[in-house]
Amino acid sequence: MVESALKLERARYERSALVEWLTTVDHKKIGILYFWTSLAFLLIGGLLALLIRTQLIVPDNTFLGPQAYNEVFTMHGTIMIFLVVMPLNAAFFNFFVPLMIGARDVAFPRLNAFSYWAFLFGSLLLLSSFLFGAAPDGGWFGYANLTSSRLYSPGLNIDFWVMGLQVLGVATLASALNFFVTIVNMRAPGMSLMRMPVFVWMTLVTAVLILLAFPSLTVGLVMIMFDRYFGTNFFNPAAGGDPVIWQHLFWIFGHPEVYILILPPMGMISEILPTFSRKPLFGYTFVVFAGIVIAFLSFGVWAHHMFAVGLGPVPNAVFATTTMLIAIPTGVKIFNWLGTLWGGAIEMKTALLFAASFIAMFTIGGISGVMHASVPIDYWQTDSYFVVAHFHYVLFGGSLLAIFAAIYYWFPKMFGRMLDERLGKLHFWLTLIGFNLTFFPMHFLGVDGMPRRIYMYSAGMGWDLWNLVASIGAYLLGASTLLLFVNMLKTLRKPADAPADPWDGRTLEWSIPSPPPAHNFDVVPVVRGRDAFWIEKYGAEEVIGPAPERHGAEAGHNPQNPHNPGPGEGAGHDQAASHGAEHHGDSRIHLPPPSWFPLTTGAGLTLMGIGMVMHASDTLGSLGFPVVGLGIAMVVVSLLGWTFEPIHEEGHA
Amino acid sequence: MTKGRLWKRSLVVGLLSLLPTIASGCAVIGGSPQSVNRPAGDSMRKIWDLFVPIFWLSVLVFVLVTAILLFALWRFRRRPGEDRRPEQLHGNTRLEIAWTMVPAIILAIIAVPTLSLMFELDREPGPDALTVRVIGHQWWWEFQYPEYNVVTANELHLVVDRPVRLELDSVDVIHSFWIPRLSGKRDVIPNWDNVLIFTPEEVGIFPGQCAEFCGIQHANMKFRVVVQTQDEFDAWIRQQQQPAAEAPADPLAARGREIFLTPANACIGCHTVAGTQAQGKVGPDLTHVGSRGIIAGGVLENTPENLARWLRNPQAVKPGNKMILPRQLTDEEIEALVAYLMSLQ
Repeated sequence: MVESALKLERARYERSALVEWLTTVDHKKIGILYFWTSLAFLLIGGLLALLIRTQLIVPDNTFLGPQAYNEVFTMHGTIMIFLVVMPLNAAFFNFFVPLMIGARDVAFPRLNAFSYWAFLFGSLLLLSSFLFGAAPDGGWFGYANLTSSRLYSPGLNIDFWVMGLQVLGVATLASALNFFVTIVNMRAPGMSLMRMPVFVWMTLVTAVLILLAFPSLTVGLVMIMFDRYFGTNFFNPAAGGDPVIWQHLFWIFGHPEVYILILPPMGMISEILPTFSRKPLFGYTFVVFAGIVIAFLSFGVWAHHMFAVGLGPVPNAVFATTTMLIAIPTGVKIFNWLGTLWGGAIEMKTALLFAASFIAMFTIGGISGVMHASVPIDYWQTDSYFVVAHFHYVLFGGSLLAIFAAIYYWFPKMFGRMLDERLGKLHFWLTLIGFNLTFFPMHFLGVDGMPRRIYMYSAGMGWDLWNLVASIGAYLLGASTLLLFVNMLKTLRKPADAPADPWDGRTLEWSIPSPPPAHNFDVVPVVRGRDAFWIEKYGAEEVIGPAPERHGAEAGHNPQNPHNPGPGEGAGHDQAASHGAEHHGDSRIHLPPPSWFPLTTGAGLTLMGIGMVMHASDTLGSLGFPVVGLGIAMVVVSLLGWTFEPIHEEGHA
Repeated sequence: MTKGRLWKRSLVVGLLSLLPTIASGCAVIGGSPQSVNRPAGDSMRKIWDLFVPIFWLSVLVFVLVTAILLFALWRFRRRPGEDRRPEQLHGNTRLEIAWTMVPAIILAIIAVPTLSLMFELDREPGPDALTVRVIGHQWWWEFQYPEYNVVTANELHLVVDRPVRLELDSVDVIHSFWIPRLSGKRDVIPNWDNVLIFTPEEVGIFPGQCAEFCGIQHANMKFRVVVQTQDEFDAWIRQQQQPAAEAPADPLAARGREIFLTPANACIGCHTVAGTQAQGKVGPDLTHVGSRGIIAGGVLENTPENLARWLRNPQAVKPGNKMILPRQLTDEEIEALVAYLMSLQ
């Protein structure tokens, strides 16, 4: 019955492959779009990194001029944060969160598609600045009043940056809202909050962080835009404004952003280590609450980016203390991951190697973070290469190593093919060596007093050796990353023969075929404990996590949700299982129909940004506001169409 | 080769490859004129003394975590063909409370000296302190000595063992003032009356540079600090207080003075030479430029050849800087200007 219902559904939307991808609202397809798009951006961001390292490989180098260098380091940071790590996390949210909670899609499938298209178009708007020779050049942090005044940044560079980030911000907020609602409302029967996989937990926490942090960035960017376009003087000291206000707005966003980048990877690690150790995560509750505490504290630490600003010793003391506090839950996580490995039956697959190296490398980044929390030490280390070393140990040694681990772990589920383990291990070792060769010497450069963001240094400064070593490491790292792409492209040409459960997995995504069918689950699974699939396979000595009857309201029993019928009233887990079995009869699998409106809404939004950039240009200035108007019209029409578009096809309502 | 052996061998190779980096690192750090591990001022000395024990504590934590990690990976690895399911252990509350407490205690230990040093670094100096107003410009530094009525650029003269109170301001964007061997950073923000206090403890020349990204030539917003004995400093102050020489005796320098003061050549629009009609405030005060060790925001040593190179094409030496010549100077004019500027001792 399920099969025939699906065939019917499919036939209705038989379209060309291109149209299917452009109009899809399937969370898995959107996840795959995010995946390849952000990996393509990883290549661009990585190439920019190699340009930086090439310019700094020898003293007094003239490979890039100062303007080009400033554009390159600004775009490297902006791309890696907003166009690579965040959307790579989003790729895995999209593909796996619904699968891990036993849902058939996200709460708002079309909003999900909109997030992707707005992300793609916003990214392209940002990247198109290269074509006009006006790439952003104010740093990823865009400090006012250098950026907010046309006196100090006359070109279109900063306009591209502001408009691109605003579009990306809308995409991100929509996505966060979607995953928050999905996780709260769409869990399968029995999937109580404390039975959720840690990756799902970290997605939930990240969604909350985004919802609370991004508005601050949005407001700050609006103020920069108003200063640049309408002369509002928010950040203009000559007119009584204060550029330091921007720093507060930016870092109130910017520090939670660090956890937006690292908490999902911590979630990935918390899935991968248990799977390859064949043991549950050690101290699940501690790990989950540590994540929540980190997120909470992350809103009280922003001024540790501003210790040298001169806020005074009392504010600095407060922010130093909160910053040190955040190291406690972080330390707890590290010990729990070690506890997970301890006593396990560890299988040395590539995914596990990356995940294990994450623990060591992230520890280095975490420790140097504690050094920065010590205000006097930060007076030295801030804006020096010591900090560059620190955050690359967190964002590459942390986020990206975990994301690489997740790629090796989940690629079979996404594409039905197992990545080559030998190439994978080569990739791992080259990455580990290249990474440390690149970034460890930057600590030494920090001790030697080399400031960040300088396009050249003189021969007499004694920085030659470690810059040379770092640059060689960077080339090695670049080459090793290409191996990942070789591996993926090679693997995609093989037949799709991956088993449903290649790693002896613990969570629900491994209970369905690789790749999963469009409707994910033939039967909505009933969850009997933490590590739901492991329990189904091997039984449990004890059921882990609170059972639904004690937390009826949060146990996925949700009559408002027609896609995901709950198990019925107050059932214990045994009864729930039998209830679930009755749902075999549920043939009304409804897949939301494809839609063009998410794409056109995203395009309209981006058109507004393009119009604002044009308005600031010398040659196209008069066309600017008309294009903004066109963008607004496109958004309004698209939203109307979106609103009145039937989501339940006849006969399927 | 079995898989287990392969990974073990690769692990050893990987770790060994890191060793030379780390080992040689220890030998080859500290060689820069900006190396903070050789502090020459009280602030940086105290910061470094705070850093060293925290550094060793960090090494201990890292070694501990990595040792447990590597041991666990080795001890609990699954051998080829082995298919065992270990005990499904979910946690241990006592252990977890313990490892929540341990970092908390370590951090408390770090927090105490951190906070006390932070307050100490901001403590106002005694009345004998030397006050200097530091003004950040894109991309050079102006130094004013209000008590001596002296203004100079890119070269800060201080007295050894005499506390200094730097009052920091900017005329354009945010900069950050940093002399790595003497003190930590303090941002230079328009309209903020930031203060940086420290005491130089060694006679010598210490380079510093802007540490907050401030535009196209942020990399070349450099300066040097000349820490002198009280006598040397007094002599320097006396020299700086003298008005610029009247028309110099050397005819070439006199010709240079004439070129410099001709309004059409635009020099006087931006630069000051005390005692002349050159009273511009945009660029560095040149009253005693000949006595300085560096020019152009620390890009060039102050030699006649370098000065000529600068005057020939400032945009080639420091692309994007604010010195725009109204026209290309002739070689003859440059030679005369160099003679004049070098005569401003």
